[in-house]
Amino acid sequence: MNEPGPDLAVPVLALEGVSKSFGAVRALRSVSLSLYAGEAHALAGENGAGKSTLIKVLAGVHRPDEGAVLLDGSVVEFGGPAAARDAGVAVIYQEPTLFPDLSVAENIFMGRQPRRSFGRVDHRAVRQAVAALFGRLGVAMDPERPAQGLSIADQQLVEIAKALSFDARVLIMDEPTAALTGSEVARLFAVVRALREQGAAVLFISHRLSEVFELCQRVTTLRDGALVAAEPLAGLTEADLVRRMVGRTLDSLYPKQETEVGAVALDVSRLTREGVFTDVSFQVRSGEIVGLAGLVGAGRSEVARAVFGIDRFDAGQVAVSGRRLRPGSPSLAMAAGLALVPEDRRAQGLIMQMSVERNIGLADLKAATTAGFVSRRTERDRAVDWAAKLQVKYARLSDLVGTLSGGNQQKVVLAKWLATGPRVLIVDEPTRGIDVGTKAEVHRLLSQLAADGVAVLMISSDLPEILGMADRVLVMREGRISAEISRADATEQAVVAAATGATAGSAI
Amino acid sequence: MTAPTTAAAEQQPPPAAGSARGLLDRVLRMRELAILVVLAVMLVATQIDNTSFLSEQGIKDLLLNATILVLVAVGEAVVVITGNVDLSVGSVLGVTAFAAGDLLKHGGNPVLSVALAVVLGAALGAFNGVLVGIGQVPSLVVTLGTLYIIRALDSIWVGSREITAGLLPGGYKTFGHDGVSAVPYLALLAAVVLIAVGYFLRNYRSGRECYALGSHAQAAALAGVPVRRRVLAAFVLCGALAGLAGALYLARFSYADAGTGSGYELTVVSAVVVGGVGFTGGSGSVHGAALGALLLTSINSVLPAIGVSSVWVEAIDGILLLLAISVDRVMALRIAGLLRSRARPARTGTND
Amino acid sequence: MTDIAGTAEQSRGLRRPPLNGALRWDTVVGALLIVLLLISFSTVGGFGNALNISFLIGNTLPVAAIALPMTMLVAAGEIDLSVGSTVGLSGAVMGALWNHGMNINEIIVICAVLGVACGLVNALLVTKLGLPSLAVTIGTMALYRGLAQVVLGSNSVTDFPQNYLNFGSGRLGGTFLPTAALPWLVLAAAAVVVLHATGFGRSVFAAGASAEAAWFAGVRVKRVKLSLFVATGLVSSLTGVFWVLHYASATYNNATGLELSVVAAVLLGGVDFDGGRGTLGGAIAGVFLLGTLQNVMSLADVSAQSQTVVTGVLLTVSVLGPRVARQVFAASIHQRTRGKL
Repeated sequence: MNEPGPDLAVPVLALEGVSKSFGAVRALRSVSLSLYAGEAHALAGENGAGKSTLIKVLAGVHRPDEGAVLLDGSVVEFGGPAAARDAGVAVIYQEPTLFPDLSVAENIFMGRQPRRSFGRVDHRAVRQAVAALFGRLGVAMDPERPAQGLSIADQQLVEIAKALSFDARVLIMDEPTAALTGSEVARLFAVVRALREQGAAVLFISHRLSEVFELCQRVTTLRDGALVAAEPLAGLTEADLVRRMVGRTLDSLYPKQETEVGAVALDVSRLTREGVFTDVSFQVRSGEIVGLAGLVGAGRSEVARAVFGIDRFDAGQVAVSGRRLRPGSPSLAMAAGLALVPEDRRAQGLIMQMSVERNIGLADLKAATTAGFVSRRTERDRAVDWAAKLQVKYARLSDLVGTLSGGNQQKVVLAKWLATGPRVLIVDEPTRGIDVGTKAEVHRLLSQLAADGVAVLMISSDLPEILGMADRVLVMREGRISAEISRADATEQAVVAAATGATAGSAI
Repeated sequence: MTAPTTAAAEQQPPPAAGSARGLLDRVLRMRELAILVVLAVMLVATQIDNTSFLSEQGIKDLLLNATILVLVAVGEAVVVITGNVDLSVGSVLGVTAFAAGDLLKHGGNPVLSVALAVVLGAALGAFNGVLVGIGQVPSLVVTLGTLYIIRALDSIWVGSREITAGLLPGGYKTFGHDGVSAVPYLALLAAVVLIAVGYFLRNYRSGRECYALGSHAQAAALAGVPVRRRVLAAFVLCGALAGLAGALYLARFSYADAGTGSGYELTVVSAVVVGGVGFTGGSGSVHGAALGALLLTSINSVLPAIGVSSVWVEAIDGILLLLAISVDRVMALRIAGLLRSRARPARTGTND
Repeated sequence: MTDIAGTAEQSRGLRRPPLNGALRWDTVVGALLIVLLLISFSTVGGFGNALNISFLIGNTLPVAAIALPMTMLVAAGEIDLSVGSTVGLSGAVMGALWNHGMNINEIIVICAVLGVACGLVNALLVTKLGLPSLAVTIGTMALYRGLAQVVLGSNSVTDFPQNYLNFGSGRLGGTFLPTAALPWLVLAAAAVVVLHATGFGRSVFAAGASAEAAWFAGVRVKRVKLSLFVATGLVSSLTGVFWVLHYASATYNNATGLELSVVAAVLLGGVDFDGGRGTLGGAIAGVFLLGTLQNVMSLADVSAQSQTVVTGVLLTVSVLGPRVARQVFAASIHQRTRGKL
């Protein structure tokens, strides 16, 4: 399985010296990549290393600022996603992009429906083709149901079926397995292997390194938008790969301080939201960092949202420092000392078209308000203060927050919440998509907060982050807490086993 | 009405995802069915109260009244399905009605004058579509602007002139009033348009793509749907149908002036929304919109027939619209809740 | 829409300092208004006298009044198209009750309560059911106008007490200021303070820019929107009372189509239709720019219809202009950075 690709003559699809910038952020710097027919190629790199941008260049979504895309050895310019698709490049994005109002079958064949006379769509052929695809994938899903309401895993399966429907020459998969169970992954890999043996080139991205070794022959590693290495996987170990991705020893990334654990600050008991999570109970004490692990879609963020009052819950209760919270009210939760740094920074954490200072001040406007009037001066002073404490890099505080890099945006979100002086801080994927340096800073900050007596609940899909930072690890699986593991017992195997319900398998 | 359905669906064992489609389908079809039932009950009740209501002439009047609105509503529905809205239809109808009349007045060929109205409408629709596409501006704002512009240009051109019955050729007027027994020619024409557009949306790639881009524009772009071109086409179609409606308006009422069609856009939007075409795009059908139009115009005939003062018509139109969107919303929430509570067991079912 | 410089910064990145004193759309509209006034004073006969100016202001007041809450509503990401009908309904109720012989002060109170109720119906349908405000207020536009018709039929009531009519159409001494402009000035000042200097104002912009992020930051989005709808209803119904007194006539079709004038003026003033951006100063400038243009054109014997062209063109240009400029700008920046790399 680890033999090099069979046909190394001309790559089916390649990048040569591609660079791409977004404003100040240089997402890709002179990156090259070659995908060969019959070979599965892994793309490794941390969050924010530029993997998603690279994929979007291959898919025709972004045009490179510099460098070229080569198809069968000759330069092409994809005018858009459709051009890339027509050239046989199929992409499965991390976030499924389905049409909620349309049926699953229509979603798969949109724009490419088989036709009969007079150019009419052959609905029966569509249904049959989808049934055949699902048969190949072993999926039991009604092709006629609407995409609305599908679980993330099912949405992924639809995306995979869509890619398969091309008989693509190049199949690009951005973390397709994140939300899948063991058996679903096995089925997916079988399909991918079959495609590869038929001569397709595969580009595979996964945070589960074991999967990378299981499926791929070559690997290209990116770090901070630049190429680190492109080499055969044979002879490499997972540790080698991690070193290339991170570029330094792991320990410094997780500056965990020993703290004194105090009284219970957050007490969640028997919380249930029907169809989303069930009977979730846990406590977080002040000075403690509790990690909440689990697969994407296990219900972790949903629990956090319900605790903070974003969504209502059907049963159970939440108490902060012994005081029971009224459900469905973030403002009351904030008054009780709760803060939530949400999962989606751009949509939930920040108001992108507002300035840096107004974003920092938004959650604690009262502090800058006297007799009902907001003092711009106090607001600015506080923003200057917090931006300095968190070392936010900005040109002017009146700049739109959207002009900052991802890491600095995340610091603004943190500043906004720390300004409220929370007793309990819930952070949901606090370092997703930010660079390594900032990541370490965020970790140091969380440690410091815990040392100062704040109770921290940290949701993360990044296992080393959970293992490196948490005093205790809670694991969720399919809407329930499936395990609670102490720091001493927390290993990758233990967490993954609790998250997937399997006994075998490992992740990074 | 939904409660038993819900309960029954709930009892099915997982993976029950499949039955949700059936449910949704049933609800959607129910939506069109519900309008049809309301319409039928209303007409029958009126007939019982006032036996001369559904005479041949009565039916003819009902259909004649609905025709113009149905045509414009069909075009509007296509635009709304793509996630946009066209508020300029009233102005387009006005200017095309006068243009057709002006040509006829100078002895122009009736067929040519209808064609002129359609082409003029399509051109104005293209103007809207280009502005929406180029500026990436919400269509509501653009078409609010063109509503003014088109109406005003129309007024400058028309001034205080009028097209009256005396200026129109007799055949044109006959076409506007007569029909095959109780079915007027105009209604036949509207039915043909309705069926054609409905068939197109259902059975052609570009038709399906209209739904796709209304449902999730970004995903549509990723799937290679030429978003701007489809939006442009929807606006052109809407404009063309408003133009056709303008020509038929002239035939039906034998009158047009600078104010023709003023405020019509809101009636059209009401008909479309009452007909179950979701304002957020991606759902509904032109048949629903046509039924909505028929319902709205029928109420206008029914109320006087049962002795309710016509002052109530507008208020009832408003209540009907509010009721329609509220019921839609409540249904959608229930279905979403149903699908959500099903997602979890379905997952457990496929696991291992 | 207002902040051309903001997007430019975004495209250029942080290393280059952003442009200072960037051109803001609301400033442009304000400047246009001043230029138009100067030109009109110097060249248009009959414009500059106090009587004409008081006509101009008096006729613009209904739009100017409703534009205040409408600006906030649009900044919060919602819209209310039922305002014209609320004006009509309020006037119709006023006329009907007056015919009944009720005391006029009581009538005005009832009209105010009615306006609150109208706003509340819109608000509850939008916030409780989560319906799009556009669809809801198209519905209530028909409903309220219909109710006006039910209440008053095709009657028209004109015999209101003279001192009240004087308030509606008179002016302060011999000045150019209509009497009714005083309460409007108070209202406008209050609105400016609330939107631009209080926490509530921040909540309005936050809710409009991103309802989700605002909710995550503890902003009570629904409550903010509810209070804005109610305020819009209240101001509309009081405008309805003013309308009746100003034109000395209560009919069911008072102020038909007013909603479009209000929305056009607000958008012209640079308030972003998508919510989250805009200033009351810009909106007020937009209102008076349109009002002045209409006045000038009437003086120049331009037909009322041609005046509408100007409204439409201005609206379209004001919305399209900044966006197209932004796109062209972004494209040229892209070209430049590309060349450099």
